[in-house]
Amino acid sequence: MDKMLKITNGQAVPRASIPRVDFAEFSAALTEFVANDGFVVQMFAYQEAEKTLVLAVLRNTELYVISTEVRESFPSLTAKASEKFHLFEREIAEQYGVRPEGHPWLKMVRYHANATGADDVFGNDYSVDIPGNYEYFRVDGEAIHEVGVGPVHAGIIEPGHFRFQCAGEEVLHLEIQLGYQHRGVEQMLPSMPMKRMPIICEAIAGDTAIGHNLCLCQAIEALAGMQVLPGASITRCIALELERLANHIGDLGALSGDVAFNPPASYFGRIRGEFLNLLQVLCGNRFGKGLVRPGGVAHIMGQEQRQLLRDKLEEITPEIEHVCDLLFTAHTVVARFEHTGTVTKEMATDLGLVGYAGRACGLAYDARIAFPTECYQDLPANANKVTDGDVNSRAWVRREEVMHSLGLINLLLAKHEALEEEEQAVQARQVNLAADAFVVTVNEGWRGELSHAVLTDSEGKVDRYKIKDPSFHNWTGLAMSLRNQGISDFPLCNKSYNLSYCGFDL
Amino acid sequence: MLKVIQNRIEQGCKTSSYPKEPINLYHRYRGVPIVDPDCPTEIVQQCADICPQEAIDVEAKTIDIGKCTFCGHCEVDGEGKFVRFSEDFGLGAANREDLITQGNLPDLAAHAKQEFKKLFGRSLQLRQVSAAGCNSCEADTNVLNTPFFDLSRFGIDFVASPRHADGIHVTGPISLNMKQALLDTYDAVPSPKIVIASGCCSISGGPFYGSDAVVGDLNSIIPVDLYIPGCPPHPLTTLHALLKFFKEN
Repeated sequence: MDKMLKITNGQAVPRASIPRVDFAEFSAALTEFVANDGFVVQMFAYQEAEKTLVLAVLRNTELYVISTEVRESFPSLTAKASEKFHLFEREIAEQYGVRPEGHPWLKMVRYHANATGADDVFGNDYSVDIPGNYEYFRVDGEAIHEVGVGPVHAGIIEPGHFRFQCAGEEVLHLEIQLGYQHRGVEQMLPSMPMKRMPIICEAIAGDTAIGHNLCLCQAIEALAGMQVLPGASITRCIALELERLANHIGDLGALSGDVAFNPPASYFGRIRGEFLNLLQVLCGNRFGKGLVRPGGVAHIMGQEQRQLLRDKLEEITPEIEHVCDLLFTAHTVVARFEHTGTVTKEMATDLGLVGYAGRACGLAYDARIAFPTECYQDLPANANKVTDGDVNSRAWVRREEVMHSLGLINLLLAKHEALEEEEQAVQARQVNLAADAFVVTVNEGWRGELSHAVLTDSEGKVDRYKIKDPSFHNWTGLAMSLRNQGISDFPLCNKSYNLSYCGFDL
Repeated sequence: MLKVIQNRIEQGCKTSSYPKEPINLYHRYRGVPIVDPDCPTEIVQQCADICPQEAIDVEAKTIDIGKCTFCGHCEVDGEGKFVRFSEDFGLGAANREDLITQGNLPDLAAHAKQEFKKLFGRSLQLRQVSAAGCNSCEADTNVLNTPFFDLSRFGIDFVASPRHADGIHVTGPISLNMKQALLDTYDAVPSPKIVIASGCCSISGGPFYGSDAVVGDLNSIIPVDLYIPGCPPHPLTTLHALLKFFKEN
């Protein structure tokens, strides 16, 4: 750990201060770190003076950064140290054409050509349709059958391909192939004028518009030395909690629908809309698009909006309690939720699951508590009681977080009311960023740990923009949940995670 | 069972009376932009400069609501002198050029293909295809099936197979990785078929315009019959467009 630089969430450091060690040291430091309750927040490649560098941002109770130089290949950390690196290494191979030697399952991530023009690690010709030169993992045997689903699914849902290897009803293996949603976000962002950046980040994952955009805005604020007034900071937290509430409530309803218990599905479906409408009260958009901008918020929360929020919360809080009680005490529901799609704490730790997927397995990590931004350091934490790693636990964590978030919003509204200073609405404008700087922002989006990392060049332009959605960690968790499950439990398991396709595909 | 009944009583009937009765959205909602054609050019230029979507044509003094994400910066920055948002959610249009507007959108019911009303006015089955949609459009389309909007009371349903569908409802800027799957889905729908472009992404690439990983314009690969602007379109925008286009004469 002594080789690494300790950094603070949302504070820029000079690029030159990022420790650069040779690969053997890098590998040894990371191996030791992840073996001692350490997790990977980001690990990505970038180019500097015609060299390819790999940078890792790690966390235990603090955040650290370390980097190294790589050439055409490097010995895989997944093979040597931990599964926590498996997707990061595949992503590096895809984006920069650098091969992690010995990686146990080196397949493409999103299916696109690399940025450096190096030979494609996967031998793909990208004029051929996805999955290109890749044979899906296959189990052979007389009693084995294969089920392929997607990319176009049977509901109103984003695209992705799921391939199940089954023996009768039992799933032996689920392979999840994403990439269909790839829009080139990371490639686009460095060349974008600043007025476009929040609009793009709000669309990284539309259900996490506030969360991702908050990561961007905090990064710009750190690099440009901008201050956010307390009122705007409170509004941001309220918006982030409303986003969490809308999604958790919607998922609880969908989980209920997936076990054919319709009343909560209808009620929660409608109540979810109430939270989207509250975001519309704040900023005119049901997903909070257009609210958060570098330096503050574009729409001030006034007395009228505060009152509308307060009244609506007072009205629907008892309804939510009652519908939750209806859902969680129905024995037919409990029978379907319990012991379905279980991931053990040990496996969750190995994979580095985050958010409710991790908390449902007993990994308490919550970025709002560990690395608080905005006004979270003054707010109470939540604790989860049901942590068995099954669908039931993931549903319970949502329920507990819903009640916790409702409490937080009431606290935040009171705080906002007590403020005396005038607020000023802000808009996205061109600002000068610090040259040769590096910043990492981490926020607890509704799905879990969101993180953006930005490197600027000698002119203060964005040189590399790296995004990580919590789904990047958690999709593997879903695949593991399906091991030895009935295939008909897939929708239920899937909804208990409800991961982002576009947040992963970028 | 008792709890089911208790909750049922508490919830009551929440279904909206729209379109029988008008419905007002909270005043921060933006909707159809109304342009002042007499606005001085320098203010229009100022609005165009701040527009992240390059949706404002300074010379013609129009806004392309097929590109606009309705962030509202132009209204704030130009102090409403160039554009004011009218809170009217009726944004749908049958032609792409109608979306380049000063606020006077043509009556959708009159401009819709009349033969579609006869064929699909009483029963419309749609297959939704998300082609790199960010899940806002998808989520706010899904919402139409919740009790408040209750889309199926109008004979409109989203179905699981393109074979059962009368048309496709497309969201997202159409990533290259989804292009073929989208075309396959379109081909699988029996003719005559409808194509609906929902959200600014499918109309113009939306926030992702200029990215070389997306097609950016649905109409460039399959002919679009109905455009529903927004980022995402409000559920009422979608409902309004579907009812006008397919049901109203």
